[in-house]
Amino acid sequence: MALLDVQDLVIDIPVGGGVLHAVSEVSFAVERGETLAIVGESGSGKSLTSLAVMDLLPRVARRGAARLAFDGIDLLKLPERQMRKLRGSRMAMIFQEPMTSLNPAYTIGNQLTEALLCHENVGAEAARARAIELLERVGIAGAERRLLQYPHQLSGGLRQRVMIAMALMCKPDLIIADEPTTALDVTIQAQILRLLAELKKELNMAMILITHDLGVVARVADKVAVMYAGAIVERGSARAVFKAPSHPYTRGLLNCIPVPGRTAPGAPLGAIRGQVPNLIGRLQGCAFRNRCDFAAPECAGAMRFESPSPGHDVRCVRLEAQKAVA
Amino acid sequence: MLAYTVQRLIVALSVAFTVSVVAFFLLHLSGDIAISIAGPEASPAQVEVVRHQFGLDRPLVVQYLDWLWKAVHFDFGNSFYFRDTVVSLIASRIGVTLTLGAISLCLSLLVAVPLGVLAAVYNGTLIDRLALSFSVIGQAIPTFCLGLGLIILFSVTLRWLPVSGASTWKHYILPSIALGWYAVPAVMRLSRNGMLEVLSADYIRTARAKGVAPIVVIFKHALRNAIIPVVALAAVQFGFMLGGSIVIEAVFSMHGLGYLAWEAIARNDFPVVQAVVLILATIYVGLTFLADVANAFLDPRIRLA
Repeated sequence: MALLDVQDLVIDIPVGGGVLHAVSEVSFAVERGETLAIVGESGSGKSLTSLAVMDLLPRVARRGAARLAFDGIDLLKLPERQMRKLRGSRMAMIFQEPMTSLNPAYTIGNQLTEALLCHENVGAEAARARAIELLERVGIAGAERRLLQYPHQLSGGLRQRVMIAMALMCKPDLIIADEPTTALDVTIQAQILRLLAELKKELNMAMILITHDLGVVARVADKVAVMYAGAIVERGSARAVFKAPSHPYTRGLLNCIPVPGRTAPGAPLGAIRGQVPNLIGRLQGCAFRNRCDFAAPECAGAMRFESPSPGHDVRCVRLEAQKAVA
Repeated sequence: MLAYTVQRLIVALSVAFTVSVVAFFLLHLSGDIAISIAGPEASPAQVEVVRHQFGLDRPLVVQYLDWLWKAVHFDFGNSFYFRDTVVSLIASRIGVTLTLGAISLCLSLLVAVPLGVLAAVYNGTLIDRLALSFSVIGQAIPTFCLGLGLIILFSVTLRWLPVSGASTWKHYILPSIALGWYAVPAVMRLSRNGMLEVLSADYIRTARAKGVAPIVVIFKHALRNAIIPVVALAAVQFGFMLGGSIVIEAVFSMHGLGYLAWEAIARNDFPVVQAVVLILATIYVGLTFLADVANAFLDPRIRLA
């Protein structure tokens, strides 16, 4: 049984002129020790998907699903009080903005030990020891001194390390990292990713990595789900998706990345023409069809997943046609 | 922290100095003091005698420095009207005003901050709208009206509380409500807006993601940050209450500093007016300074900058 099983997740947000279908029919599963990368551009619904798993969606958003289970626990029916016991202890989250995700009024030590003190029956001294241990593990020198410091005294990279340590305090089974490296310098990005990959392996955690950076995905993910306009358009093992990207949107994304040695200097990078569709109101057919080179009348009809290889699913009815053109 | 405190102290002292200059010269702008003291029937020779007797024939700068020197030694001279020194007059009256102000401030904070938090947490709901309407009504009712209304209801009709005076703690209940009422809308709205802003901050989401109980999220993580501007406002409101208690003291016949100032102004008792203005202004400046220091304690970004 998968650690996290999501089937047909739907997130609707009522807005002025109707209902915004931010996420529709998203299904994926994550096993223990596995990293799933959810890839997509801003507004594709990837962050909302992760917040829906944690039940931390904004109050106006409505969540629905055929199944949303964590380690066999049905999260859809779980009362908030029970959900709170899972949050921070068995499933933890690392956020995108290390600069604003720490409370400016409290010390690092206070914020690190908080989750442990509220979920487990440990003393302040034991919590402090665990915080020091984790700060050292995430590569922060002088951990004891750092505990007494405030967020504004730390650099962005250090703060993100603190956020990671904070998420690990209760040894979670699942860790959700929402664009953990976006706000950081490129040099720090690689360090943080390596650290996350190591920790995941060491603690046998499952990880969901939310990102728009396919380069990041290639380095750390076992499985990939590509989201577009609130729906998954392609999912499969990282190997399969990178070797044989089958949805035109995935291929478009990959074409946008310069590859050292293959992309000629000065050559224009790929671009996807057109714009993301408006998600207010019900969208029929494939959301990508107005930007797609292979679009045909049937793309406006019902969508289904095709499998070019076992475990590799593509939400496209024109796979055969694509092959013919290629 | 030390550099910050010293910097705020220098600012406070320069404001206090400016106030002393204004307090001193304002009275000299209001006409020839010697004529006022000597009275309308005095001959020019008598006015000159008074002028010399009170040192009013010296250069203004000398007069000011002399007044300031004595003032910092708590010597404000004698009252023209009351047969007493200004200092003992003020000492006998300031207790009532400070007590009234302190109780009013506590009352208004105890009502306004929880109301603001409640309105923010239940933003957009009926509770929020009720709290906002309450604050609009609060702002619309003048303090003297409220004071009179309270007297009619609780003292005259129900006979629960005394009508006027300041001799027991019961005498302070109605005036404190009337005076404190005035600060509730502003403090409530600032707490509400501060909480609304803080509650949508990223670190609140972080706290919720840790599985912390909602009450801890609201009070530990949100209010601690939202309260910082409220502290500064509370200091300002306390200053307003001390100065504004003149109306309430008159309505409830409480012999405080405000009442004294009113009597002194009506009788051209310049030394008393000057002293009251200077003391109220100095307390106000002192409060602002204390609020700055309190903010530094609440906000590590100031304290450890």
